[in-house]
Amino acid sequence: MTLFRKKLVLVGNGMAGVRAIEHLLKLAPDAYEITIFGAEPHPNYNRIMLSSVLAGGTDLSEIVINDYEWYRSHNITLYTGHQIESIDTVNKKVRSDLGVEAAYDELILATGSDPFMLPLPGADKEGVIAFRDIKDCQIMMETSKTYKKALVIGGGLLGLEAARGLLHLGMEVSVVHIHHYIMERQLDMEAAVMLQRELEAQGMKFLLSKQSEAILGKKRVKSLLFADGSSAEADLIVMAVGIRPNTALAKKSGIAVNRGIVVNDYMETNIPGVYAIGECAEHRGIAYGLVAPLYEQGAVLAKRLAGVQGQGYEGSVTSTKLKVSGVDVFSAGQYDEPAGSRALRYQDEISGVYKKLVISEDKLIGAVLFGDTADGAQLFSLIKSSESIQGKERSLLLGLPDDALKSSPSARLEAMADDEIICGCNGVSKGAIAEAITTGGCTSVGQIKACTKASASCGGCKPLVEGLLELYAGDAAVKVKEGICGCTTLGRDEIVAEIKRMKLKTVKEVMNVLEWTNEEGCSKCRPSLNYYLGMLWPEEYVDEKESRITNERYHANIQKDGTFSVVPRIYGGVTSPGELKKIAEVAEKFDVPMVKFTGGQRLDLLGVKKEDLPKIWEELDMPSGHAYGKTLRTVKTCVGSTFCRFGTQDSIGMGIRLEKEFERLNTPAKVKLAVSGCPRNCAEATIKDFGVVAIDGGWELHVGGNGGVHVRATDLLCVVKTEDEVVEWASAFLQYYRENASWNERTSNWVERVGLDSIKAALDNREDRLALGQRIRTALSVTTDPWKQIVAERELRKNFEPISPIETA
Amino acid sequence: MTKMHIGNVADIDRKGSRTLKVNGMEIALFRLSDGEVLAVENKCPHKGGTLSEGMVCGSKVHCPLHDWRIDLHTGKVEDPDTGCVPTFEVEVDPVTGAVYLTV
Repeated sequence: MTLFRKKLVLVGNGMAGVRAIEHLLKLAPDAYEITIFGAEPHPNYNRIMLSSVLAGGTDLSEIVINDYEWYRSHNITLYTGHQIESIDTVNKKVRSDLGVEAAYDELILATGSDPFMLPLPGADKEGVIAFRDIKDCQIMMETSKTYKKALVIGGGLLGLEAARGLLHLGMEVSVVHIHHYIMERQLDMEAAVMLQRELEAQGMKFLLSKQSEAILGKKRVKSLLFADGSSAEADLIVMAVGIRPNTALAKKSGIAVNRGIVVNDYMETNIPGVYAIGECAEHRGIAYGLVAPLYEQGAVLAKRLAGVQGQGYEGSVTSTKLKVSGVDVFSAGQYDEPAGSRALRYQDEISGVYKKLVISEDKLIGAVLFGDTADGAQLFSLIKSSESIQGKERSLLLGLPDDALKSSPSARLEAMADDEIICGCNGVSKGAIAEAITTGGCTSVGQIKACTKASASCGGCKPLVEGLLELYAGDAAVKVKEGICGCTTLGRDEIVAEIKRMKLKTVKEVMNVLEWTNEEGCSKCRPSLNYYLGMLWPEEYVDEKESRITNERYHANIQKDGTFSVVPRIYGGVTSPGELKKIAEVAEKFDVPMVKFTGGQRLDLLGVKKEDLPKIWEELDMPSGHAYGKTLRTVKTCVGSTFCRFGTQDSIGMGIRLEKEFERLNTPAKVKLAVSGCPRNCAEATIKDFGVVAIDGGWELHVGGNGGVHVRATDLLCVVKTEDEVVEWASAFLQYYRENASWNERTSNWVERVGLDSIKAALDNREDRLALGQRIRTALSVTTDPWKQIVAERELRKNFEPISPIETA
Repeated sequence: MTKMHIGNVADIDRKGSRTLKVNGMEIALFRLSDGEVLAVENKCPHKGGTLSEGMVCGSKVHCPLHDWRIDLHTGKVEDPDTGCVPTFEVEVDPVTGAVYLTV
């Protein structure tokens, strides 16, 4: 039986609109036939998380809120990449730029907002963008590969998040702000200055009280000119000065528009059957740009559409709880001390904590918290309830109730009122979470998230949710387990322990026994299992080439155009005229488009066709440089005592010895070494995985450095006297890393995760060092030069050649 | 439509691939772990990555450039990415192992 369903069209596939639909589906799952139009070519995603994508650690796919399957399973027709061009409010139809027409009974406009672009001369140049959607994010990532200098105009939250992301991408970033301190809309000057100091320590630069005047450059931006006559160079300018409700469609269609699309308390516009919510809407004169109000509006509209009686929307008192670059910041209400108010401040410059309460008469009207925002929710509810706080001011400032000054955090959670909001984004109260745990049976943060939406948006309240889970579920609480990939819930250590315990010997066996959800795994788990098995059973395990990453299967670096690069090994960066001639001749013979020195003192032959790879290696007749794998890459050296007037030791000799010692070693991630002949450190040994710096009469051994994405200087492991000791410690360190790090984990991350002290303790005893050394030699004894094998064996070589058809049938 | 005898199933490693140029288009042939041979255009709809170099997991291949995942039966890109690669009919003679490709 099919029921008559009214047609509901949503214009805008963003957070506000889809949230209203989610709500509606719960209230009245079968009432509407739903069609959604989105201008972006993606399913509904969490725009707030874009900054996390930029800042690393989050994949674009992880920020999708509802995937395509969700739309399908709710029978929602989704048109992505469609911009609605016109609304026919008389015949109740919308039409997209790609010509799709949809009739509606009810129409929701959730067109969001556009980034406000300063109308500066030159703003149309290449390299000038906003920070608003996935596309902007992708442009930033691309740009960071070829350009260095970025300017972000706007020192508000969005600007700082963009700047943080660009910094992470390796760019030099300056934030240009018109005000004399940053985030003046959310913070007072004291907190802003503390934040600025913190961000400067992370490498961000600031140009304050600067009014941008013009963007200079030919085709692409070159610099930004300010009103005071000064200027700043830039290869990329990100404008993050604010947003503007996107009302063009509404205006064109005769719907009343002010700053935003005007709506009443039930989100209705002046046209019957047309509603607006989110950043495009203006309610009682306010267009909101935060998530919480949008979700409140969505709830009201969903009730309206479901025919459920409910209170209208009365506007939102907003608070800001943010994490800017790892710093917790909170502000709410009138924090800027309006006339007649008094303020209490607590400032601890040592731990970087600042708190301010603004009180008018005996009521709390505003608050700013910096560095410790745990009390934000409580203060926010006091601001909203406007109850008297007389006599409690100081205990509120210190964040503890008078009678609980010595109590635990869980006692503080327990003392919290039920209607206090825990998740500001989704408006979830303590009571709702408690109920989800006690009567709803939730035993993990994930379940609470699914059930109440708490911590489903910015995630800032996750610690509180975890605290409540512990408080109400106690031992039943399940710590959410994140596996090494989507195919398993097991973590690295559990997998390695199980492989050892059950003596599992193949990738397939591991997947079967440990009940992988994807029968053949994925590109994340297969290479890692292959590595762990090889590390655990070096002598018996047969390496699975089909479970190696592409570069390791073709023993060359795949380039963006499908060609490869060839890098012969040049031990310690030392070559000979004969070797150079050979490389030059091969490069000429095979028309290698580019020959380049690598950062590790070798020659890179770039742009080689796959089918030429075996032939090139055959003619080179040099060992593979393993420039492509999770393995020992290079050992960079300086000239050292051989020629240098400062060199105290033979760094070249040491480098060559180390490179030969660990050649072809399989490691969890790529490993780079360097040896400097004196503390001037010309080989840059203190940003390598294992760095050796010669000193008078000995060698300093440094570990855990990285010159890549997360630049990290090494930690000093120890100082030794002889060359043999250098090799002994290097062997022990590398093997300990091989045995304990996760696949794909660089030593820099690993050292930070496990702590230098634990590594020192493991290597401290000479017997342990020698045992580790013995194991690494066993692992090395079974390695071979891949190219020798490929050149010699037809069966391996065929994979580099195209198939030629036999006949036409 | 042309049907070509392009070789023997043994020419392709299990979970491996080979390529072939037909009318200027590069085609990637994959042999799954169960022996089935599938063919798609050797070009990821994202940035043109050579799919033949990707890792084969079940009946899907991960593009070597940015890890997009493509179903080799349908040519469809897996969510959340979108797109499609052309697929081609492949027949394997169960007795001789001869592989025929129709383009």
